[in-house]
Amino acid sequence: MKLLRIAMLGMLVLGGTVVAGAAEEPTTAPSAQAAPVSLEQALKDLASEDAAVQDAAVQLLIARGDAGLLPKLEAMRADGDRSLRMAIKPVMDLLKNKTKLASSEAEDRRSAAADMATLGHPIVLVWLEAARPMEQDRWVRYTIEESIGLIKLASDDPAVKAAAATKLGELHSQNAVPALKELAGPAAIPGQEPAIGSGAGEPSPEQALVAKAAREAIERIETWGSWTSAIETLFRGISLSSVLLLMALGLAIIFGLMGVINMAHGEFMMLGAYATFLTQEGFKALLPPGLFDYYFLLALPCSFLAAGLFGLLLEASLIRFLYGRPLETLLATWGVSLILIQGARVVFGDLTSVVAPSWLSGGMQVMVGVQLPYNRLFIIALASVCVLGIYFLLFRTGVGLKVRAVMQNRNMSACLAIPTRKVDAYTFAFGSGLAGLAGCALTLIGNVEPGLGQNYIVDSFMVVVTGGVGKLAGTIVASLGIGGLNKLLEPSFGAVYGKVFILVLVVLFLQWRPSGLFTIKGRHVES
Amino acid sequence: MAESEIMEQGRESKEGLPFWLVGFFLLIVLPLLNVLPGAESPLHVSDFTLNLFGKFLAFAILALGLDLIWGYTGILSLGHGVFFGLGAYAIGMHMMLSIGTESVYGSALPDFMVWNQVKDLPLFWKPFHSAWLAVAAAILVPTAFAAIFGFLAFRSRIKGVYFSIITQALALSAWLVFNRNETNLGGTNGLTDFKTLFGLRLSEPGTQRALYVATVFCLGAAYLLCRWIIKSRTGKVLVAIRDSEQRVLFSGYSPANYKLFVFVVSAALAGLAGALYVPQVGIITPAQIGVLPSIEMVIWVAVGGRGTLAGAVLGAVGVNLGRSILTNHFPELWPFFLGGLFIAVVLFFPDGCVGLLRKLGGGWPSRKAGNGLDKPLAASDPR
Repeated sequence: MKLLRIAMLGMLVLGGTVVAGAAEEPTTAPSAQAAPVSLEQALKDLASEDAAVQDAAVQLLIARGDAGLLPKLEAMRADGDRSLRMAIKPVMDLLKNKTKLASSEAEDRRSAAADMATLGHPIVLVWLEAARPMEQDRWVRYTIEESIGLIKLASDDPAVKAAAATKLGELHSQNAVPALKELAGPAAIPGQEPAIGSGAGEPSPEQALVAKAAREAIERIETWGSWTSAIETLFRGISLSSVLLLMALGLAIIFGLMGVINMAHGEFMMLGAYATFLTQEGFKALLPPGLFDYYFLLALPCSFLAAGLFGLLLEASLIRFLYGRPLETLLATWGVSLILIQGARVVFGDLTSVVAPSWLSGGMQVMVGVQLPYNRLFIIALASVCVLGIYFLLFRTGVGLKVRAVMQNRNMSACLAIPTRKVDAYTFAFGSGLAGLAGCALTLIGNVEPGLGQNYIVDSFMVVVTGGVGKLAGTIVASLGIGGLNKLLEPSFGAVYGKVFILVLVVLFLQWRPSGLFTIKGRHVES
Repeated sequence: MAESEIMEQGRESKEGLPFWLVGFFLLIVLPLLNVLPGAESPLHVSDFTLNLFGKFLAFAILALGLDLIWGYTGILSLGHGVFFGLGAYAIGMHMMLSIGTESVYGSALPDFMVWNQVKDLPLFWKPFHSAWLAVAAAILVPTAFAAIFGFLAFRSRIKGVYFSIITQALALSAWLVFNRNETNLGGTNGLTDFKTLFGLRLSEPGTQRALYVATVFCLGAAYLLCRWIIKSRTGKVLVAIRDSEQRVLFSGYSPANYKLFVFVVSAALAGLAGALYVPQVGIITPAQIGVLPSIEMVIWVAVGGRGTLAGAVLGAVGVNLGRSILTNHFPELWPFFLGGLFIAVVLFFPDGCVGLLRKLGGGWPSRKAGNGLDKPLAASDPR
């Protein structure tokens, strides 16, 4: 096996030079008859009637041209005839990509390397081989290697092919799978031996070798693919959990403190999303476009304040009168949520979307085939910061001490001159503001619509119920669990049955722990 | 408590009269007004109106069950749409099968199965060929489902808002499942295009009249059943659970069993309501069993006046009447109105219409025991 590898590697090197040689050949061969001596000459020759002369010019331009030629070519193309345009097109494509490959932006170099694999001109192999050892960026180098592999996979030499297939397998290149499947032939389906003697007759030993290499590569790539998709699922689960966590933290604090179930909590989230939308529109209308990218930084406090102020208003006008009547509060806040949803529908229409700022688009590549989008990373970071902030607020400040005191024993706190009603009002506003933040974060991964909050409200209630009341850790663990399970079950059960399954799990879980994961220990029979 | 008992016993004769009066009106007067006068007479009740009332009265049956569990026992279920839906789908499935080859595709299978390329009738559809089995299933399936769910929930002492949230999640899950095509329940479009029930054509006014009368009978029976339950010793325990579950527990009763009983009864009534609703309306879709309709059902009871059976009936008919008028004329406004109703009922008239009438008239004997709304804060919530 090892010997075979070495032999293959040797062939790869040989094949590489053969192909490279072949690439250089056309540029030298025509020189005998009509060799253009300079780039200027070649540019003139491009318009020649003689196909050979034109071809030679094209080859020379490709081999020696650079970005400086592009404007000239573009000008020629604009007023050239059809044959000229046809001749110029590949030259321009190649030169553009060649320039990009030398760019200082890693992203440009990478896309150039990826594009080159599809251009089909042998010379790109020379360029790529030349660029590979000098490349510093890991992912650009990866793409260069992948492109080299893809080009060699199309070579005529079976040995080169087989080596390229093996190399692509080592690279776990998803892009190569279609080409590899073609090479692997009818036996591409795993576990099935190649059908010998069917159709075109016996495959030659070289072909068999190539097919075998391709099959092995596919297997490797697919194993890798299942790993990467597992990691991505996990990541999506965590980012969903973060949104849930932001929602549920507010809910749990309010519920733990006041025993109030706020059904309009999802609508606070919606308010936050619309506040983000309005901030965006404001930036568009009032400020120079250069500043547009920073709107999101302002949208974060805006959405927090918008939802928080509305929460304050709701507390003062409605919730205040309903303390100690949790079921009635539930119904009344449901009414508020209906009004808010319909209000948003009337004011904003059904579908508005927020453009994520450019610094949150794209993603961070951590492994082959695994890209973590910045917007989801941002949401996770936001949630983490919020959790830390809440922890600090609750356990390290005087205000937090009062909140916790009221949570544990309202009457005793009142006796000790803690303004319980004020604590209630501000906590409610704070919890609502958190939902607003969640809404702001949600605009990064979805549309802004009036029914936005409804999609999350039941899930976040489940988090509160499962996590237990009045404990930060319970909420965190439960939202991670429910959000993660949601995404984990999605591929195998489908989103719907996943949700049903989670409900069943929660009901069964409550058999074992009726008051949630974490509870405040005390001597009461029931709370 | 003792005082209210005496009051209630004293009231029995007084309450009987309105019951018979309303029953007489709904059962005899309305159908007669539908049949006898000509269409131009001002007293004439059109087929459409009668049908509409049939629908409302079906809802009233559900409201009775909901009142039993919420108004009397203090358990707020936000998942009664599911039990309603189970009853409705049971009858709907039978009517789908009885369409037979009259369907658009001329297949013995329901139309949506033909679209979804289902070749054979799924096994769980087979019993619904029989009308009586379907009627039995309409009540027994929700009953059994409620028994299992309630057993798990009450055994682990899930109560208060926890129970409400769990039942709401149940409604959401049911809605999701009924929406799927592969569950073979018609997907988003639900079951519709029914032709016959018990061999009677549903398009005939006579059939609709018969369904209306059946609904009134069922409502009467449900009312009597609920009244019997709340007058019995069990009913007293239920009210006691509402007022202080702990004391009931420490007095040697098992609240879980009583709660399970009342939950199952109210689920059965919801199933019955669903079964009566579908043939009159002609369609059942998942949209009618989800989270929103389930919580709307609660508001019927709240508006009418919870803790009184008459209030539940009144609320179901009143809110739905308001809904059909408002959604006809101002469809945009209905959610505002409904939301406002939720808030107003809770804030301003927690005893609903019945409470309001009592206050205005003063003649209707008020119940001293209250209905949990005017309980002192400390008793209901130690926090």
